[in-house]
Formats: sequence, structure tokens, C-alpha cells
Amino acid sequence: MPTTAPTDPHPGLAAYSEVTASEASLRRFLHGLPGVDQVGAEARAAGLGTRSIKTTAKAWAIDLAIRMVDLTTLEGQDTPGKVRALAAKALRPDPADPTCPSTAAVCVYGDLVGEVKAIVGDKVNVAAVATAFPSGRASMAIKLADTRDAVAMGADEIDMVIDRGAFLAGHYLQVFEEIVAVREACARPDGTHAHLKVIFETGELQTYDNVRRASWLAMLAGTDFIKTSTGKVQPAATLPVTLVMLEAVRDFREATGVQIGVKPAGGIKTTKDAIKYLVMVNEIVGEDWLDPDWFRFGASTLLNDLLMQRTKLTTGRYSGPDYFTLD
Amino acid sequence: MPKKSNTFEYAPAPESRSIVDIKPSYGLFIDGEFVDGRGSSFKTINPATEETLAEIAEASDADVDLAVKAARRAFRGWSRMSGKERAKYLFRIARIIQERGRELAVLESIDNGKPIKESRDVDVPIVAAHFFYYAGWADKLEHAGLGPNPQPLGVAGQIIPWNFPLLMLAWKIAPALACGNTVVLKPAETTPLTALLFAEICQQADLPPGVVNIITGAGSTGQAIVSHPDVDKVAFTGSTDVGKAIARSIAGTDKKATLELGGKAANIVFDDAAIDQAVEGIVGGIFFNQGHVCCAGSRLLVQESIRDELLARLKRRMGTLRVGDPLDKNTDIGAINSSEQLTRIRELAGIGEEEGAERWSPPCDLPSSGFWFPPTIFTGVTQAHRIAREEIFGPVLSVLTFRTPAEAVEKANNTPYGLSAGVWTEKGSRILHMASELRAGVVWANTFNKFDPASPFGGYKESGYGREGGRQGLAAYLKGADL
Repeated sequence: MPTTAPTDPHPGLAAYSEVTASEASLRRFLHGLPGVDQVGAEARAAGLGTRSIKTTAKAWAIDLAIRMVDLTTLEGQDTPGKVRALAAKALRPDPADPTCPSTAAVCVYGDLVGEVKAIVGDKVNVAAVATAFPSGRASMAIKLADTRDAVAMGADEIDMVIDRGAFLAGHYLQVFEEIVAVREACARPDGTHAHLKVIFETGELQTYDNVRRASWLAMLAGTDFIKTSTGKVQPAATLPVTLVMLEAVRDFREATGVQIGVKPAGGIKTTKDAIKYLVMVNEIVGEDWLDPDWFRFGASTLLNDLLMQRTKLTTGRYSGPDYFTLD
Repeated sequence: MPKKSNTFEYAPAPESRSIVDIKPSYGLFIDGEFVDGRGSSFKTINPATEETLAEIAEASDADVDLAVKAARRAFRGWSRMSGKERAKYLFRIARIIQERGRELAVLESIDNGKPIKESRDVDVPIVAAHFFYYAGWADKLEHAGLGPNPQPLGVAGQIIPWNFPLLMLAWKIAPALACGNTVVLKPAETTPLTALLFAEICQQADLPPGVVNIITGAGSTGQAIVSHPDVDKVAFTGSTDVGKAIARSIAGTDKKATLELGGKAANIVFDDAAIDQAVEGIVGGIFFNQGHVCCAGSRLLVQESIRDELLARLKRRMGTLRVGDPLDKNTDIGAINSSEQLTRIRELAGIGEEEGAERWSPPCDLPSSGFWFPPTIFTGVTQAHRIAREEIFGPVLSVLTFRTPAEAVEKANNTPYGLSAGVWTEKGSRILHMASELRAGVVWANTFNKFDPASPFGGYKESGYGREGGRQGLAAYLKGADL
């Protein structure tokens, strides 16, 4: 089920061509976005976290969350054997229960895409991190080569990191142009595109104002998804950061007609947490986003807790960790 | 990939009411004991279901006299007790409130109709915080800047409203006791149950008999407290009309009084505000506690340049508010406290329509029994509309616009009230400027309806006089102290 990005920039974006024409106009636009009040945003996220979800709604939410997981391993020690095991798990998360859905994708380093692809075929997407992940500190030529390489290996989705240094220095146009270039590097010979996810590393951007600006910057540059974190920096995904990004995609669709996906990544470990995110999606942007095409969890340990809670709902009992597969 | 086959429905998550034990009938709490009233009785009901909860005694003049006499007897010992000893009782009460917090929250939601998430997460924690805060002051009164040897006033007659039954009780009783006064408190007739549970807590804390007396009843009981010759101080929170009547009736006597009355607060949103958080603040400002808040932000003053965008966001947000069972943890807006209040809200909303304002509510299913009113906004409202001037005390917001800061100040201050105001802007200097221009007791900046025991609360003009909370709250219960 490879998803393709539109090959041409959406007509809705044309109105913004002047915004992205110069460093000055882009800066003016991003700094003209409404601010985010930290206290208020955190209070709202905490309030949504107290919603109580039970029984049938919970069963549905758990299955949805499983379908939204980008099962991830991004370690220097990753081996072909390790990622093949992960791929098998993504296909069939609970061997004991064939009704358990597959995850959305497996997310690995670019050189391991082929190994995953061999196992999952077209049944689960393969996402590859590129552009000198996780630091993003390399020349543009290297970043683009990294991206093309992963696409050539068959990656369905590319997770790129932005140059946080450039962003924090206020070089917005540079970040914009990098995203545009990487997006072009996602093109396949047959005219389709690998899906592009732009990672902000919100833990390094620090302020919610920056998160909102980065979101708009990436969306104007034509990304398909915006993603919080690499998982290598703390804090990674948080509810308030995701709230600000959801508000951005909501406002962006209102302004341009273009729908963008959101992926919190890193640190989401429990079913309880995942459900808080789903509640937030439901209340902030609505059910249009309650779909793996538009919302993902970047996670490695979340899946087993989802499986454990899923089993608990069907059997009424908790089973130990040995009843679920290692990655 | 399978498409979504379901919508995200929240299953009902009701808080169990088995934790509270509601008796079929209640007497009066006088001199440390529950006694039968000599007057008639009335019923208190659950406004979400109209179910009768209990039979409540209506205190007669003779009952009021007994309660005041008990308070007077207790005053001798309580006022001479060292502040440190009084503090121990207050700390003990605060801890018991925390321990029995869930019980208090559930009972408050049943009797008042407010959502459990507000009684549990807002009311009860602030109630405990008030007792802790004033317990801390009890042995430090001479350091409060209110004179070298501050003395209590005597017997305080306290009358509280139905919108925050327990919280208003705490605001009244905690500072009075800390200063060495004794009290006779009357909760509102529609919401007496948590005050009666508080009486049990006083017993549990071994508070000396007569220090706190709780008597139930309606307006005539309140009048008997106010006019009792042996009451030294009257503290009232409630409507401006009743407040004026109280002020008239004690004029010429040496009774001290603090009055916390109505409000018609302006919530001012500038075009540079953090817009999503401003929307949250507007929602919290007017729909918190069904709008039964004297400091509710019932007049939204929005800068004309962002009116449309703000209204679109506000309406979308209002569409996600969940109205219904107050005991459900997912409920945002509970029941209107009484059928009288519902009638009043309906009447004023009807007047809004007649006067030509445009009425809007999100689609929402209201329960078939009980008293309910959907979250409502009126747009196209001007200063000349009655809904922009009169306190509605319900989930009804009037939206007005302004063009310049000066106009915002002018419109915000153009009201007989002056209890609170809100300012939403990213510009710090503007916040400070607005705070000094607005004639309101509290000005919230980039937030709304925040209460803390350490910050004084009270109003200008028809919103009353005196302050509750903070160091200033002590002054209302000490001789010679004037802030």
C-alpha cells in the first residue's frame, strides 16, 4: 500500500508563493502567525488527558493505535536479522490472534530498507530516516544522496530531519529550500513520490512558537507529514507539542485545503498515553485525522503494551511480557 | 488498509455515588450538634435528574437566635486561644477535606449539578488550600500589616450562594476562624448538602462546639442572621439585589460587612493574542461551572480585525463541549442549578433574540429530565443590549467588538459592575496598561477564572465591597484593620 504524494504542489499553496519568495517575507509570515501561550497550551493538553475512555471505544482505539504505529528501530547496532524480526512483527503483531491488525510501517535506517521490504512486501510501509539522521549535520549533497539512496532501496516513506541550527539562527528560507529539495529527491522514476515526513526535533526547538513556525514552514515546503522528534533527544514527543502541531495542520487545511499528517515520535510507551493522543486528535482536528494515513505513532515499545491491553480486553486477564514477542 | 469503521465515542464514565451517604433528612448544626429545626422544611434536589435528595430544615428566627448565642459563647474561648492552637484545628480540617475529597466532590456535583471534573479538580483542592493558607496566618496575624495587636470582630453571620457551595464556605469560614471569630453560616437553599457534610468534618476535627454553626434555610433565614443584634459582621456572596438589601438593613448599626456581588466581566481579546489559548480562555471564562460564576467572562470584547477568525475557532471549540451527566468524568458542562435559574437564563436569552442579537449554540442533545441549557453565544451584541448589561449567570456569552485599546477600556468599564476582567495579548506592556485602566477587582492576563487563596478577590461598584482571600481577606475579620 505505498502512498504517493501529489507530484505537483497543491494549487492551494500557490497563494503562498510570495511568502516563500524571500528570506524576509518568509520570516515576516512565520513571525506573524498567532503566538502560542505556553501555560494555556499545556493546560489544554492536560485537560484532554483526563478524558475517560472505556470498553468498546477503548478496543477500537487500541486497534486504531496499532494500525498507526511506525514500528521503529534506529540503532547503530541494528543488523539485518534484527530488522527482519521487526518486520515480521509489524506484519503480524500478535501471532496468537490473527484479527490483530498490522502496524502502519516499519521505520529503519536507509541501508536496511531492502531487508524489511523482503519481509513485508506491499503489506506494510517501509519508512527510512534520511538526511544525516538524527543530527542533520551534513552537506546538502550528502542529505540528498542519503534520501535518493533510501528511495532507490524501495522506501515508501522518508523521515527527514530539519537543520535545527539553521532554524534557530533564523535561516528559515534555507530550511524551506532543504525540505523542497528533499521532497524532490523523494521522486521515483515512475513519477510517484515517497511520502515525506519532516522531523523538527521539538526538544531542540524548545518553544511552542518555534514548533508552530516550523510546522507552517514544512507544510509550505510541501511535506506530507510533520513529526515531532528523532527519539534521540529528550524531551521527545509530548502532548502539548503535538497539540500545537495539530492546531497547525488544522489551520493549514483551512487556509489551503491541503491535509497534512502528524506523527509524534519518541517516549510514547503505554496504551494510556496513546489513547490520550487519539483523544487529542479527535477533539482538536476531528475524526478526519483518526486514520493511519494522517496520524502515526513513532514508537518501538508502545506496540507490546497495546497488545497486552488488547489481550486484557478480550480475555479479561493480563498476561506477562513473555506472552508477547520480542522485537 | 481497512478504513475507519467507527467514530471515537467516549463511553460513559460515571463516578460512583456510592461513596456518599445522603440521609433522608437533615437538621441544623448548632453548638457542635445536629439538632432539629423548629421551622418547616424544604427539599433539596439533584438538578440533573430532579430527584429529591433530602429534606432540609428551615431555620426559624428562634433557631438563628440559638445559633448566634452558641457562636457568642464559643467566641470567648476561641478568640482567646493562641493563634498556634487555632491553626492546628484549621490544618486538621484542611487535611480531612483532602482525605474526604472524593466524597465532597461527588456530593457537590449531585447537589449542585456541576461536572465532577470541576468539583474534583477545582473546587475541592482550592477549598483545602484555603484552610491550609489561613491556618498558616492564624499565629502570624500581628505580622499581616493590619496593626500590632489585631483582634477578632466577634460573631460572623455568613451567607453563601449556590454556585460554589463548598468553595464559598471555605472563603468565608477559613479566614474568620483564623482571626478568632466564630461563625453562623447559611448555605443556599438549593445546595445545603456539602455544608452539612462540612459540619460533620468540624465534629471529626474536634472543633470546639459553637465555633462553626451551620443553619439551613432560604431568604428569611438569611435576613434573620443579618438582622440579629448579636452578629458583629456580615459576609455575603450572592446577587446584587440581595446585597443592596443587606447593606440597607445594616446601615446605621456597627455591623461590619463584606459583599461579593454580581459581575458582567469583559474578556478582551487583542489581535495579537495567542488565539487558540484565547479561545480556551473564553470557553473557560463563560462555560466553567455552567456560567454560574460571578466573575464569569460573560462579555467577549474582540478586536474587530480578528472577529471572524476568533468566532470560527470559538464555534468549532464549542462543538466539542460535552453537556450532560455531571457525574460523568467526560462531562464539560453540567446542569443548571435550579428551574428558577433556568427560567431566568431562558428569559434573558429570549430578550437577546428580541433585541436583534444573533444566537448560536452547537448541536447538542440535552437530557430529557433535569435543568439544562446549551452553551450559547450571541453575536452582533452592542452596549445597548440588555444581555450586554445584565448578569445572566448561565452559559451565555455576548460578543462585542472594539477597534482600539482605548475603546476596549471604555466598553469594558461601561458597566455597573466591576468584579473581574480578562486581557489576551502577547504584548506585556499592554497587559500592564490594561490592568491599570480596567475598573475591576481582578484582571486576568492570558488566563481566566484562576483562584488562589493568596490572591485577594472582590469588586468595584455594584460588584460589592471588601476583599476575600490573601492577606487582605484577614482585614475583613479583624478590628480596626482597613486596607
